[in-house]
Amino acid sequence: MSSLQRFFRHLAANGQHDWLFVLPSLLLLALLGLPLLALILRAFGSDFLAAALSPSALSALRLSLVTSIITVVITILLGTPLAYMMARWKFPLKSWLELLIDLPVVLPPSVAGLALLIAFGRRGLFGSFLTLFGLQLPFTTAAVVLAQTFVAAPLYVRAARIGFAGIDHQLEEAAHVEGANQWQLFREVMFPLAGRALFSGAILTWTRALGEFGATILFAGNLVGVTQTMPLAIYLGFESSLGMAVALSVMLIGMSVTLLGITRRLEKEHR
Amino acid sequence: MKKGLAFAFALMLAACNLVPTASTGARTLTVFAAASLTDAFTEIGSVFESAHPGVAVTFNFAGSQTLRAQIEEGAPADVFASANQKEMDALVNGGLVEPGAPQVFLTNQLVVVLPDDNPADIQSLEDLARPGIKLVLAAEEVPVGNYTRQALDLMNAQFGADFKESVLANVASNEDTVRQVVTKVQLGEADAGIVYTSDAAAVPDLGRIEIPTEFNIVARYPIAPLTNAAEPILADEFIAFVLSEEGQSILAKWGFGPPR
Repeated sequence: MSSLQRFFRHLAANGQHDWLFVLPSLLLLALLGLPLLALILRAFGSDFLAAALSPSALSALRLSLVTSIITVVITILLGTPLAYMMARWKFPLKSWLELLIDLPVVLPPSVAGLALLIAFGRRGLFGSFLTLFGLQLPFTTAAVVLAQTFVAAPLYVRAARIGFAGIDHQLEEAAHVEGANQWQLFREVMFPLAGRALFSGAILTWTRALGEFGATILFAGNLVGVTQTMPLAIYLGFESSLGMAVALSVMLIGMSVTLLGITRRLEKEHR
Repeated sequence: MKKGLAFAFALMLAACNLVPTASTGARTLTVFAAASLTDAFTEIGSVFESAHPGVAVTFNFAGSQTLRAQIEEGAPADVFASANQKEMDALVNGGLVEPGAPQVFLTNQLVVVLPDDNPADIQSLEDLARPGIKLVLAAEEVPVGNYTRQALDLMNAQFGADFKESVLANVASNEDTVRQVVTKVQLGEADAGIVYTSDAAAVPDLGRIEIPTEFNIVARYPIAPLTNAAEPILADEFIAFVLSEEGQSILAKWGFGPPR
């Protein structure tokens, strides 16, 4: 509190120009903060617990947790080797691969959903092949995980790539001199040194997966307990029971704040 | 410090002023309309615009319940065209629409749509209850989804008491708009869907199974100006045009029935 007081005293003493920074900042902060505040006030003004503990809210919460955790595990298993290669190896078309990996982050979710449907749908490019084996992805929980991985995995790969790239080359050479093979190098040197970057990347991916909406509703559809994650329940709740939508929103905000807090903590410790 | 504040304030005022100046010369009529009206109202809007020079009609198409919630939360609209009476009644009760103002301007009915190659070989309404079929419906919160469930209730009398239950067990997804149901069937992801005849009319390459009148639900769409409309006269003119012979012939072209 005293540092806040000191800041205000500094503002009062330090003349007019500081306001040129403070005033615009306050406007933007109000825009960012007010909607969240309104949501939280509305949630606690109504019967928050009853809405948050309703069966459809709980089933959305459970489904969101299960699918997003599976997404994170898949992302770590497949994304770590990819990030490692991108950071430490030289191979052709690497910059094109980087573009491909970054693209899902900026694509509108509707484009992602449509692309997934056209690729993995029943008549899709790859989906028609799966149909031969009796596998159909749309409208399944697997489709939810696929949609989340599509939009959220790039965040992990990017963070991990930066983590691996930041490791001193001399360490790598030293390991080679001592006769370490590629796997030993990765396991004994690279993985421990990049661990923090990997962890914060995984948390980012988790947060993004929890919030995934557009690709999911297009590709996986909406069925309670099967594909209706929290963001979908919020969207449909907006149309029927606003109380449940608000309660779920506040829960989602709470989860995101916690996860983002953990990554910030990690980044701070690193410095 | 005062100077800085005044500067920022002037900037804000200038920013507020920008919006009206940019649009002088053209009056804008804002119409909130049910998603099923997308094609028909887009056409009606452009005909209305050419009859009213200097007027631009902008549409917000979404599920009627979404539109209602948006209007209740203060979204600026001049006209509301709903796919059911319930959402309109809610606005009347909230004082946002004058009691007695809503008029029925069209009717719509349900129809079963199938992908063109009919992968599940669905030939009749009874086939919808066959286990293993992938059925996509509009969510119960959406008017057409609600009508669909009412129609299934009526079918129970003919096909057996557990018909509705068996059909609902086949539901793979409850979509948030009727257009999403059409898309999923069109892409062949679903074996069947239940939509409005108007939606089926918009997509010619779909198979159809008619639902006989005794099981069908007639949806009556009401339209009304909002009490706090920014363009009340234009709003009335637009509604009159929708109810006119010309407006009705456009609606008929897109698969809607006349008000009854």
